[in-house]
Amino acid sequence: MMESLIILYGALPYLLRGSLVTIAVVVGAMLLGLVVGICIAAGQVYGGKWLRRIIGVYIWFFRGVPLLVLLFLFYFGLCSLLNINLSAFTVSIIVLGLITSAYQSQIFRGAIMSLPEGQLKAAHALGMSDRKAVMLIVLPQALRLSIPGWSNEYSIVLKDSAVTYALGVAEIMARAHFVASRTYEQLPMYFAAGIIFLILTYLGTKGLRILENKVKIPGYSS
Amino acid sequence: MEELFFLQPEVVSALVKGFCVSVKLIVPSAIFGFIIGIIVGALMIYGNAFTKKIVDGYVLIFRGFPLVVQLFIWYFGLPYIGIYLSPFVAAVLGFSLCSGAYQSEYVRGAFLSVKTGQTMAAQALGFSKIKMVFFITLPQAFRRALPGCGNEIIYLIKYSSLAYMITCIELTGEGKIIASDSFRYTETFMVIGAIYLLMTSVTAWLLHRLEYRLQLPGFEQYS
Amino acid sequence: MADKTPILRIENMTKRYGDKEVLKDASLSINKGELKVLIGPSGGGKSTFLQCINFLVKPDRGRLWLDGREIIRARKKEIYGYRQKVGMIFQDFNLFDHLTALRNVRIALVRVKGMNKDEAQDRAIRELDRVGLKSYMHQYPAELSGGQKQRVSIARALAMDPEIMLLDEPTSALDPELISEVLDVIRDVRSDGMTMIMSTHQIGFASEMADEFVFLEDGFIVETGPPEKILYKAQYARTREFCSKITELYGNSF
Repeated sequence: MMESLIILYGALPYLLRGSLVTIAVVVGAMLLGLVVGICIAAGQVYGGKWLRRIIGVYIWFFRGVPLLVLLFLFYFGLCSLLNINLSAFTVSIIVLGLITSAYQSQIFRGAIMSLPEGQLKAAHALGMSDRKAVMLIVLPQALRLSIPGWSNEYSIVLKDSAVTYALGVAEIMARAHFVASRTYEQLPMYFAAGIIFLILTYLGTKGLRILENKVKIPGYSS
Repeated sequence: MEELFFLQPEVVSALVKGFCVSVKLIVPSAIFGFIIGIIVGALMIYGNAFTKKIVDGYVLIFRGFPLVVQLFIWYFGLPYIGIYLSPFVAAVLGFSLCSGAYQSEYVRGAFLSVKTGQTMAAQALGFSKIKMVFFITLPQAFRRALPGCGNEIIYLIKYSSLAYMITCIELTGEGKIIASDSFRYTETFMVIGAIYLLMTSVTAWLLHRLEYRLQLPGFEQYS
Repeated sequence: MADKTPILRIENMTKRYGDKEVLKDASLSINKGELKVLIGPSGGGKSTFLQCINFLVKPDRGRLWLDGREIIRARKKEIYGYRQKVGMIFQDFNLFDHLTALRNVRIALVRVKGMNKDEAQDRAIRELDRVGLKSYMHQYPAELSGGQKQRVSIARALAMDPEIMLLDEPTSALDPELISEVLDVIRDVRSDGMTMIMSTHQIGFASEMADEFVFLEDGFIVETGPPEKILYKAQYARTREFCSKITELYGNSF
């Protein structure tokens, strides 16, 4: 027992450095998902029939295929097929980002649709173009409303990021497995990895809650 | 020859084998997960302080740990205390417990959504507590829980691919083998992806049908 | 008399939702400095008409000239420019909920007109002062009363230096005790010579201010004329019926 704790303690800095890699993957994926997700949501709400159809297929695809299969497809398949040399780290960010963009788009879409129609009308009445009205009036409000859903999505992406171990990304899980197989302290090591994920979930959602309160519109109850 | 690769008997039989393993993983995990979800969800509401603590701890851990970590604990971790599970059993155990934790949240929400007036009316009519739960609460709660629980099953189908990581060779695993043997990574994972897409889409459609069948006026889901 | 070419002229504007015609061949022209008031039963097409004038609702048919220049609806840029010259006041205010009063007034000056920030700020403060809300400029919409919101929305429209303003029942979403503060502001703007088309149920206020009443029913302009004529000597029975009801309801103290 004591021995396990000592080994665990010794391995902790190594695991925690892995959490930096995890954080980098998750932050990268969430930001990619944010940008793509916003575009998709806008296209779905304001776009024409064909655009909406294409977006529908995109969402259906990325929500219907397992993460692991997509990681393999992109890393072993598409990268060599298209002759581009991307690291496992980059591919992980791209794949996780594209998947979360499909989910995030639904959060943004819901938020955009929940805004009163008058907001857009008033913007148009002032002579704003469609693009300006969306950028200046719709998105600032919709993004605020999206924070709780985004926070939920963060905790999902964080946990999913452990799968990138399959490509050899040196994140928490990969390092825990590495230490576990050398020291034969499997159970404590995996449990420690789980706890680190739990802490990262807590910190991230807490941070987003603080952000939510910070950007809250005074007097506006939601 | 080239384009017929996926029609070769060995390849087809490997894919079919993998598909069957996947289904064998998914179906029991979904059933166990749902049962666990109902029990845990009910305990969250009707349990005493002690059971509530335990149940909260369970949900915290099993929703908070990544599924990969959980699977590793069951398969690579348990031998540490002398318990050896086959990859298949470890995978079903991992999926069921994780899925159950997520399901319980929907079940709990559904139970809470049944208005107190309903149970009061049932009691006023002389229903026993058990009968009330069975004939009044459950039928209403089930309809509320269905969309969320159905979503969990879709997730389960996708996450079943993680069994590959603890050496349980299901669809994704067979795909990986075919791909590395033939060096046809792109096509293979496209085909594998399409099979999953088919599974998730058909399941979603069936769940939708079920929801529609069970729909009552006033219970329309706002999704 | 001032120059008699109409500042805004609308011809045969028609709008259909499904197979229901909510606006039928509406034509109207208004000279600089005039106030025309749209009256008529709810659902009679007043709001649709006003929104069509601003192309917020796309009319199915109809032509429109501002300052003698036809506005071609297919040209998006032209529409954006046109809307800058036409101020719009909505029944439910439509202040941007995520911006303070000041920024509500300022945003279009900066982002649409391309004014520099300081200049826009000064202008916005001046307009808020004009509607008596300078001290509220840092409040968010949800922190303002209905009357205050509507006054901010008027300031927002005025800041754009519109040639004409469209007011769509500006007081009908307000509690009775808040109506007069908004009417005072409108009266004030009117006395500065602003051209306006307004729909309202405030018959007393309207007949005191308006040059002309336009009676709309079932999407159809039934009758047009000076307030006294429409209210008491209307040509058509439908107009008379509506006006007798409405004067009974709101009184004719003017």
